[in-house]
Formats: sequence, C-alpha cells, structure tokens
Amino acid sequence: MIASIGLEVHVQLRTNTKMFCGCPNRYGGEPNTHVCPVCLGYPGALPVINAEAVRLTVMTGLLLGCRINLKNKFDRKNYFYPDQAKNYQISQYDQPLCEGGQLEIQLKDRTKIIRITRIHLEEDVAKNTHFGDGSGIDFNRAGTPLMEIVTEPDMDNEDEAFAFLTALKQILAYADISDCNLEQGNIRCDINTSVRPTRESPLGTKVEIKNMNTFRGAHRALAHEIQRQIREVQRGRAIPQETRRWDDDAGVSSSMRTKEYAHDYRYFPEPDLLPVELTQTQVDTWAALLPERPPERRERMVRDYGIPDYDAGVLAADRAIADYFEKAARLSGKGKAVSNWMMSEMMRLLTATGQEIGAVKITPEALAALVALVEAKTINQPAAKEVFAVLFEQGGDPQQIVQDRGLVQVSDTGAIQGLVDQVLRENERSVQDYRSGKEAALQFLVGQVMRISKGKANPQLARELLLKAIGS
Amino acid sequence: MDVNANAPASPEKIDVAYVAHLARISLAPGEQELFQQQLEHILDHVNKLNELDVSGIEPMAHAIPVKNCFREDVERPGLAHEAAMRNAPEERHGQFFVPRILE
Ligand SMILES: [Zn+2]
Repeated sequence: MIASIGLEVHVQLRTNTKMFCGCPNRYGGEPNTHVCPVCLGYPGALPVINAEAVRLTVMTGLLLGCRINLKNKFDRKNYFYPDQAKNYQISQYDQPLCEGGQLEIQLKDRTKIIRITRIHLEEDVAKNTHFGDGSGIDFNRAGTPLMEIVTEPDMDNEDEAFAFLTALKQILAYADISDCNLEQGNIRCDINTSVRPTRESPLGTKVEIKNMNTFRGAHRALAHEIQRQIREVQRGRAIPQETRRWDDDAGVSSSMRTKEYAHDYRYFPEPDLLPVELTQTQVDTWAALLPERPPERRERMVRDYGIPDYDAGVLAADRAIADYFEKAARLSGKGKAVSNWMMSEMMRLLTATGQEIGAVKITPEALAALVALVEAKTINQPAAKEVFAVLFEQGGDPQQIVQDRGLVQVSDTGAIQGLVDQVLRENERSVQDYRSGKEAALQFLVGQVMRISKGKANPQLARELLLKAIGS
Repeated sequence: MDVNANAPASPEKIDVAYVAHLARISLAPGEQELFQQQLEHILDHVNKLNELDVSGIEPMAHAIPVKNCFREDVERPGLAHEAAMRNAPEERHGQFFVPRILE
C-alpha cells in the first residue's frame, strides 16, 4: 500500500497590523485588547486590505516558484462557528494570489520535488478557551493575516511531510515572512491522507486531520493515520471521507465529521473589498529583493569557504546561524576552522543553554580571533576549547583570556625537552612497550607531557621530541 | 471554478429547509411553504438576468472602474477593552463568555 499526503499549511504573516484593520498583529496581550469594529465584525464596519500582507504572500509565491496572479480577489467563506463574529471568513476562493510552484525537500539519500497547488491570503480567527460551564472568546488573533499554502498529494510518508514542513519553515524564516514560532501557532497545518494499492492506482478516499500545530505532532499523527487506513483496507473495509482530530498526548485520532456533515461554505465575492490588480513592475521590484534561499546558500558556502556539504547544510538551515558563520569566516579567512567551531562547540552550547545565536556573548570577531590564535599556534586545541567556553559564557577578547589564564602554548624546544626527559624517566615501562611495537604507548607518553605542562605544551612538538629520544 | 455552482439551475428547486439550516434559522410550521413561494418568486425575477447574453463582458466589482484599495501596514487605535466588552452577553477572564462551544 502507498500513502499520498497533501498539506494545507496556514502561516501567520509578520505584519505590524491585522489583515483588514489597523489593530496590532501581536501575540500575547490581555484578551480582547487588540480589537476594533472591523475585527469584532460589527455590522457596517468596512475592511481595507493590508498592502504588506499582499507583498509577503507574493514574496512567498516567488520563493516557491509560483505563478503570481496579478488580478485576484477576496471572497466570503460562510460558516457558523464562534471563532469569528461575522459568520464568514474573508478568504480567496477562485482567484488566489499565487498558483503552481514547488519546493525541494531533503530526504536521507536524495532530494524530492513537492508541487504547490496554490497560495492564498485570508484572515485568522479568534481563539476559543473552554471553561467547564461555557467557552470564552478572545478576538486578539481574529483578523490577523493568514497565508494558506496548499500542496499536491506528492508526499509518500510522514518523513516527507516532516521534511516539507521543515524546508518551508526555513524559507519563510529566511525571507522574514513569518516569525515561524510554532509555540505561538505561527505555522499550523491540516493534513490530507489517502492510501492506494500501487502508484498506478487512482488516489484513495482522503481523510483530513485538522489543526496540527507542531511538526513532530504532524509526523506522529501521519504515521498513525497511514497505518490505520492500511489496516482498514486490508480488513476489506472502505475508508469513509471524513475529518479527524488527532490527540497527540494519547496518540489516537477520532472522527470529527463525515462527508454527510461536510461544510457548504457558499463562497461568494466579498462585496466590501475591491479586486486586487498588481502590476508586473511591482512584482519585479519585490522579486529583486528576494533573499538567497537555503539550498542555494548551502551550495555557495561550500564553494566560498571550502566546507563539507553536510556542514554547509546545517549552517545554512538557519539564517541567523549562517549569517554569523559567514561573518566570522570572512573576518578570519579560515572558513573550515570557523565551521568546525560552529558545528561542534557552538551548536553544543547553544543546545545545552537553550540560547539563540542572535543573543550569544561570543561575537563573530572573537571567534575569528580565536581561530587566528590556534592557527598561529599561540594556544593548542584544549586551551582553545577552554577559551571558547569562557567567550560563550562571558564574551570578551580571546587574546586577553589567553593571557589571564596563562594558556599560551609552550613551543620552546628547551622547555619541552625538560618535560620529555622527566616523562621518559618516570615511564620506562611505556618506553619499552613502544620499542616492542605498541604504538599506543607513544600517545600515552604525549599525554603525560601534556599533563605535567598543565595542557600548555605544543603536542606536536612533544611528540617529535619523544620520538627523537626513543625512536629507532 | 464556478463560484455560483451552488446556485440551483432551476430556481423552483430551491431547498428552503437546507438554506434555513445553513443560515441557522429554525422555521415555524407553515413558514417553509411560505418562504418557498416567496424565494421562488425572487429567483424568478433574478433569473430574467440569465436571459441576457453577457458572453464576452467582463464582470465588474463596482459600478465605476475602481480597484486596489490598500492601507499601509500602520497601527491605528482600536477599541478600549471595556468598550469592546460592552457588547458581550457575559464576560469571563476578559473574554466573551458564551455557551459551551462544541465541534
Ligand atoms: Zn481590528
């Protein structure tokens, strides 16, 4: 059995104000404090389109290679539910802003193209809170700009859907289209899944899972739903067309409504809004300002800094991290060394402390200076690691830290020779081991020199002098 | 896509009970028949427009050619919380409190 997955991804746009009124588009805030007659749905209040929301949607379309519909319009989607007060949601039905397009996703051993069907603009709805004896409605989110990206059913399994969401989030974050904060519900998706016996068979009946707000949750829900559908089919049962709800804590899904109770939205053109007619010149102006996309940046970073493709992929995944890396790499001229620090200590400490790269105390300048100290053999690798940890915790100048902590590497042959002689005297057994062919004994002796030098000896030099003394 | 696909091909087939359900209106006995007649009458009138040949005529959004009414993305003062809540049937934790919402 083969699964076919399509996604409808809802993205909250990064604008100052709501879609059709001047209320702030801001998360948090006391309930019902970002409201006005338009977003509260007062009769007679008239919506006016936020130009920035249109621009951000077109930018997304351009990044995903969509056709931009210069002529487009808004429609009313009619339904009764207390998440909006007008009994309709302003959306785009038959003339969305963008159509077609694609997004390349990264799988374990290959890439794959997922086709985009359309991208349209609509307004988000209010937030409901359920109390024991009733429900509360907060309209702060009502009317904020929401962009819906619809894909073709091109994904075969939960991993591909996860890869799509990840790649989409990267691009949206890169272009500052959305804050992409999943905890704040900036990206939510509905999942359509069906199964069929072979790739040649027609698509099976699709089941929709509503309102997933984490990518991990979507992954778990899909893994579960695909297995459920396959089991049903294998038992000879038909899959009914329905909408299901996923309970991520319990790891189960349940039916919300079946086809007989499907919505009949009675879309019609929104008479309170005029059609939108963009010009090609305007779209071209925006296109000229598009940022480099993560896959292109990855390739360029491999070329520009001579770093491995894998490292470039990790660094390019986050725009702020890539910016940081490029700044330090340019300052230092040693891209590979900077990349090594980013991939190891930086990533490790960021994860361990839960910090964002934008807030770290170690500046790109300091990292470049640290790399220079290692390159000049002023400090050795263990000392550099110590300096990095200090820089990460407190910031400051690496040169100063090296001096304050007395970490300057001892590369004076005379001084190290003394240490080597001492180690040879105290470890005759290891010397004999080495002479009888145990290579590992040499490493032990180098370690002993490092130990009595309190980590400051130049390990290469110590090794050379040891070899000279005991080698054949 | 045809936005008017939902509109009945022949107006006399309007399903008043269904439309009432969509509008969340409950009809008193006799009203369904009354509205059936009235709505069919209205649709008959509107249907006269279908007799006109409008092929090749671009639909208009407005009686005069206007388009592109945008606003800049700049915050404007809205309603104070107290003013907004004045229309609430009941208030709980700063929210509009309504009978329990079921999906
Ligand atoms: Zn408002």
